[in-house]
Amino acid sequence: MSGGHTHQLYVEHETLVHRLPPQCKLIAVLTFVIAVVSTPRSAVWPYAVYAGALAAVAVLARIPAPLILRRMVVEVPFVVFALLLPVISRGPRVDVLGVSMSESGLAAAGILLAKGTLGVVASILLAATTRPRDLLLGLQHLRMPQLLVQIMTFMFRYVEVVLAEMGRMRVARESRGFRARNLGQLRVLAHSAGALFIRCFERGERVHLAMLSRGYSGRLPTLDGAQARSTDWAVAACLPAAAVLASAAAWFAVGR
Amino acid sequence: MHVPDGFINAPVSLATGLVAVAGLAVCLRGAQRELDDKTAPLAGLVAAFIFAVQMLNFPVAVGTSGHLMGGALAAVLVGPYTGVLCVSVVLLVQALFFADGGLTALGTNIVLMALVTAVVGYTITVLAQAVLPNVRGSLVPAAALGALVSVPAAALVFVLLFALGGNADIPLGEVVAGMTGVHVLIGIGEATITGLTVGSILAVRPDLVYAARRYRQDLAIHHAPAR
Amino acid sequence: MSSPPSLVVEGLAFAYPDGHQALYGVDLTVGRGERVAVLGPNGAGKTTLVLHLNGILTGGRGRVEVAGLPVAKTNLAEIRRRVGIVFQDPDDQLFMPTVREDVAFGPANLGLRGPELADRIEEALALVGMAGYADRPPHHLSYGQRRRVAVATVLAMRPEILVLDEPSSNLDPASRRELADILLALPVTILMVTHDLPYALQLCPRAVILDDGVIVRDAPTYDLLCDDATMAAHRLELPFGFDPRTVARPTG
Ligand SMILES: Nc1ncnc2c1ncn2[C@@H]1O[C@H](COP(=O)(O)OP(=O)(O)OP(=O)(O)O)[C@@H](O)[C@H]1O
Ligand SMILES: [Mg+2]
Repeated sequence: MSGGHTHQLYVEHETLVHRLPPQCKLIAVLTFVIAVVSTPRSAVWPYAVYAGALAAVAVLARIPAPLILRRMVVEVPFVVFALLLPVISRGPRVDVLGVSMSESGLAAAGILLAKGTLGVVASILLAATTRPRDLLLGLQHLRMPQLLVQIMTFMFRYVEVVLAEMGRMRVARESRGFRARNLGQLRVLAHSAGALFIRCFERGERVHLAMLSRGYSGRLPTLDGAQARSTDWAVAACLPAAAVLASAAAWFAVGR
Repeated sequence: MHVPDGFINAPVSLATGLVAVAGLAVCLRGAQRELDDKTAPLAGLVAAFIFAVQMLNFPVAVGTSGHLMGGALAAVLVGPYTGVLCVSVVLLVQALFFADGGLTALGTNIVLMALVTAVVGYTITVLAQAVLPNVRGSLVPAAALGALVSVPAAALVFVLLFALGGNADIPLGEVVAGMTGVHVLIGIGEATITGLTVGSILAVRPDLVYAARRYRQDLAIHHAPAR
Repeated sequence: MSSPPSLVVEGLAFAYPDGHQALYGVDLTVGRGERVAVLGPNGAGKTTLVLHLNGILTGGRGRVEVAGLPVAKTNLAEIRRRVGIVFQDPDDQLFMPTVREDVAFGPANLGLRGPELADRIEEALALVGMAGYADRPPHHLSYGQRRRVAVATVLAMRPEILVLDEPSSNLDPASRRELADILLALPVTILMVTHDLPYALQLCPRAVILDDGVIVRDAPTYDLLCDDATMAAHRLELPFGFDPRTVARPTG
């Protein structure tokens, strides 16, 4: 439920942002992203507000910029697509550095990149300030169906087991000269995938039996009754409030 | 690739969000029949497994790479309803924690990668099982076929959504051609991983494979052997 | 003798889902406050038997009763409160981020909260001598410490019957002795699966041998260990140099 890979996303600090109850942070991030994606097409300045708001949160939470940049690599495939957009889009074209590009494509790519990036940074900040287990409790507070909470609980625990086993099996494989290079070798990977699955299941099966033996019935006991106070909600509301105001102002400007 | 924020416009995102919620509601009810207190961790493991295997990208053609979608595999292992739930949980965690796939695109991603792949993958698997000989080994090619078809099916639905609400003006014909071409290749990878994974689990712990329940024989309990 | 025995197992037979049959009709009765060792070779079905005692495995033939209460789906919660199982590998048992939360897990599932819960945790950790470790993550503890915490997680539920699956494996001699002291001081019924025959002799006046899924012997531990023919027939071997006859015959 803690530790391992998922844990590494978390940056240990004692800040206001870290201490906020997870359910407040979840709602704040969700509202923020909704505000961002509903920015009108023609507006540009609201993106500065969004970025500024996120930067403020990062500073408050003492999350260093290089760490955020490093984690943004998940965006890469999507950036590649965004860069292709102006080339393959239709409509009037302009020349950029000798390449003919579609004007509408360029604009679309810019907006796409901006919205996507803001969403990515928002969840990086969430992950850096919230432990997986707290996230789970937050979702439980927000009435996520019990079965989904339960699947996620087990998923968090198993992810560590799976990744640890995967590492061990890779060492064993590669020390016998195997390298994952082409599709043909997928076979080997898939074979160890089956073995991996069973090994992990049998480890986790025993843990689960032990949990059942101690009266587990599918619901994690919430020990430190993390009830959110209204001040928590007020603090958490700052980020989405800035975004919603900016987005609404942009719509107002368009409307006139 | 997971669909990020802002890729599909708001009305279509909202619509897919509603479809995803309705689909999850149906699956939550259906999963009650598939799961008991002993199989709940299995669903978690399937989710963790798909999550981990999705981190291994395999190369497809030049410059592109694909990863396991996992819907078909999940449906074969834990049943279609629970399978959808597993993949959805993976997508939720990826969106919240790994910034992979936008939060506002979560509905779209659930529709594409959980609902479509699991439903198509499982349906094809069951159909293939009906045609193939009634032995346990038949599940391997059946599951592989289900996985193979599930990927281009998801790609086609993606193209459809993109045509309805894509935030960019790209020629649709080329998108269809490109997407299906690449995704048939990705589908082969998906089929390989699914088939072999199911095969090796089947060999050791057939009791863990939902779609193999039809091959299970009734067990007799014997009493103490003569001694 | 008015209260029912702690544990009654009758004609218990069980096959795993893959068709492998592990139990072929086990009969065992354990009285209140008794300490019984379950001996037997690898694969005899000992762990399988243990998993039946709180209804984790069911569906075979036969009957299991805990303090008069049949093990059935309707009273699983009560059964799991009464029967505490310490699993063979403490890593299977400890899964929460801190020792405190792990020990709290069981009583919290029973509905305890607040100061009452805190008292239970303190008490259980004190019993196993781990009071100062409440805020440590379990995976940072040594193996012996983890085993003790695992025992504490079960004691915190105040079980009537304590079932231990190979409690002394992988313990260093000092930890092994300390665990014995803890167990001897507990006023509960104990069923202990073990390959450690001297340990069985020290802790349990009575022992049974489970082999090929049936109980083949049930006798005072001392007599059993001195019966060379039976021992050899069931692949039980005393550690080199250990002779039960040289140990003072226990009076239990
Ligand atoms: N999940 C399972 N599925 C199928 N067979 C199993 C399973 N678990 C155990 N068995 C088999 O049941 C038999 C009894 O196993 P069990 O674990 O009860 O033995 P044990 O007496 O505890 O052995 P050990 O001393 O090695 O712990 C063995 O033959 C084993 O292979
Ligand atoms: Mg055992």
